[in-house]
Amino acid sequence: MSATLRVNPIACTGHGMCAELLPEVVELDRWGYPVLVSPAIPRSLLAHARRAAQACPTLALLIEEKAGKHR
Amino acid sequence: MTGTRPMPAAHLPRLLAGIADATGLRGYERRYGPLPGSGRLITVVEAAGLTGRGGAGFPAGRKMRSVAARPGRKAVVANGAEGEPASRKDRLLLSRLPHLVLDGITLAAAAVGADEAYLCVHGTEGGLLRRLDHAVAERQAAGLDPVPIQVTGIPARYVSSEQSSIVQYLNGGPGKPTFSPPRPHERGVNGKPTLVHNVETLAHLALIARHGDRWFRGTGLPSAPGSMLVTVSGAVTRPGVYEIEMGTTAGEVIVLAGGAAERLQALLVGGYFGAWLPVETAWPTPLTHSGLKAAGGVLGAGIVIAFPAAACPIAETARVVRYLAEESAGQCGPCRFGLPALADALASLAFFGDRGGSAHDVEALFPLVERRGACRHPDGAAQLGRSVFRAFPADVHWHRWQGACDGVRRPPLLPLPGDEEREWDWG
Amino acid sequence: MSLDFHGPGLWYATRATGLVAMLLLTVSVLFGIITAGRFGREDWPRFLSQGLHRNTSLLVLAFLALHVGTTVVDTYTSIPLAAAFVPFASAYKTAWLGLGAVALDLLLALVATSLARKRLGYQAWRRVHWLAYACWPVAVAHGLGAGTDRSAAWVVVLSTACVLAVLGTAAWRVIAAVRLGLDR
Repeated sequence: MSATLRVNPIACTGHGMCAELLPEVVELDRWGYPVLVSPAIPRSLLAHARRAAQACPTLALLIEEKAGKHR
Repeated sequence: MTGTRPMPAAHLPRLLAGIADATGLRGYERRYGPLPGSGRLITVVEAAGLTGRGGAGFPAGRKMRSVAARPGRKAVVANGAEGEPASRKDRLLLSRLPHLVLDGITLAAAAVGADEAYLCVHGTEGGLLRRLDHAVAERQAAGLDPVPIQVTGIPARYVSSEQSSIVQYLNGGPGKPTFSPPRPHERGVNGKPTLVHNVETLAHLALIARHGDRWFRGTGLPSAPGSMLVTVSGAVTRPGVYEIEMGTTAGEVIVLAGGAAERLQALLVGGYFGAWLPVETAWPTPLTHSGLKAAGGVLGAGIVIAFPAAACPIAETARVVRYLAEESAGQCGPCRFGLPALADALASLAFFGDRGGSAHDVEALFPLVERRGACRHPDGAAQLGRSVFRAFPADVHWHRWQGACDGVRRPPLLPLPGDEEREWDWG
Repeated sequence: MSLDFHGPGLWYATRATGLVAMLLLTVSVLFGIITAGRFGREDWPRFLSQGLHRNTSLLVLAFLALHVGTTVVDTYTSIPLAAAFVPFASAYKTAWLGLGAVALDLLLALVATSLARKRLGYQAWRRVHWLAYACWPVAVAHGLGAGTDRSAAWVVVLSTACVLAVLGTAAWRVIAAVRLGLDR
């Protein structure tokens, strides 16, 4: 199963929790907003990615799994 | 011309054949023929190869097919908002040939199975709104539109004419871009699959319904059939809206507009969502999506601005990017902060040279704004900025090492809405 | 043989769990404000404040279960279980216990909506979560009004400290937000 990360830029307020919980994939730009190093999530980081998506205060971090569902 | 036969012209003018006529329904029907049926319209439009004339160039038939295929009732939205300051074609169509657009709406509504139809223009255009209301009333009296067309004024902001913004506004929101999914053709106005088309696209549709796909393909190129409207402005003798066959080169269009008024260095094609092209590159380039892309440019909504050698493209672009920054909906951080930073860096490069590394700043900002917003607004600004560096390497070099050039002292050429006309509230 | 629960043991348990619940609720509110205020440092990442906020809230529920349980089971006062959820359903100290029921109901709403956040969507969740600013003072008032230890000095000090901590942290949050608004 492959998964990709996506940010809802309208919901995102630059809180920065995603970069703390998934630093391998998410970096913060100079204004505090997430930059995805690559949208693909390696399988080893999937659990961390899910946690980051759950932790996002505005639910702006989305994981799209290959099965076609949004989490 | 006796004016009693419908027009079967293979060549031009097509849309603009009746441009000098009075705007009433009777005269329109005499010139273009009565409203035809919409049977098999989607198939005919697909065969004709009509592409959207609002800037994206998406195949119109495919869009209609995907909306029609969905279950339930649909909605049709005609986008006549024309947010690009340098574009005038939609305004021209709506004010002088409203029935072409209204025919297109009615035909599209019947073809996709819509029970709601809207024609959207900027809410500040009081005169235009009244004229359109009058045209709709004429048609109601003649029993032409089974689905009533609701003429609607939307906020006069640059981003409000984006299709998801319009759908949001029609659903009672403030008129700002929304995050997708869902896209309008999946779920739009009142939750219905919504067909959003530029008004020029619908005007072409009205003629295709009358004369068929072979007629439409009688002009233009096989890969880019038909005709299109272009708005030509800047340093030309006769700025205005012209109808050309697809594949006409930019140089031919400048000649059509009376030729250059002074020596040109570049053409800005596609408006502020477009790209700069040096005049030598632009001149022989056909005005099609693929032709311009191959030359490193963008067709957009058919806007051609002739740019003189004596003006400074960096300063002008800085001013336009400042406008685009102010027009941001402000919903997404990278656009809200990135565009003003980009405007600052470009202005710094234009007026103060490379002091503080502004050229590097500009280039560093492009990837920080591209594809990081909910809509393509920041992408457009970045594309315009990138094209400055690509089209004017000598100028950029000059500014970096020498500072401002003489061109910065010229009064601004690229048009922007005046402060009085611009709406500041989302209301 | 009838089960007869009374005597000071249960009463102490009720008071103790009540006090601990109030303390933990205060801590949860503090971490909630800190999370919303986006406080973060090299050695104190934001997800830590958020995680602690979440976990102390759940711990509050655990202590409240004990607090309610010991109260209901105690036969010295005949307080029905319903009084824990329905305000003013108790004959004993009706008003003050009623506040406790209100606070518990609010807390249950806060926790339930937070657990179902993804399905609810951010906007709906956020509107309900503002009720936290109602839940905490009501809980503190319940403690001071229904509690039988309010004359004890250490209880007064503890309660005051909780109130000051929340007021102080809330003030910091408001000031920081205003400054951020002015900067931008």
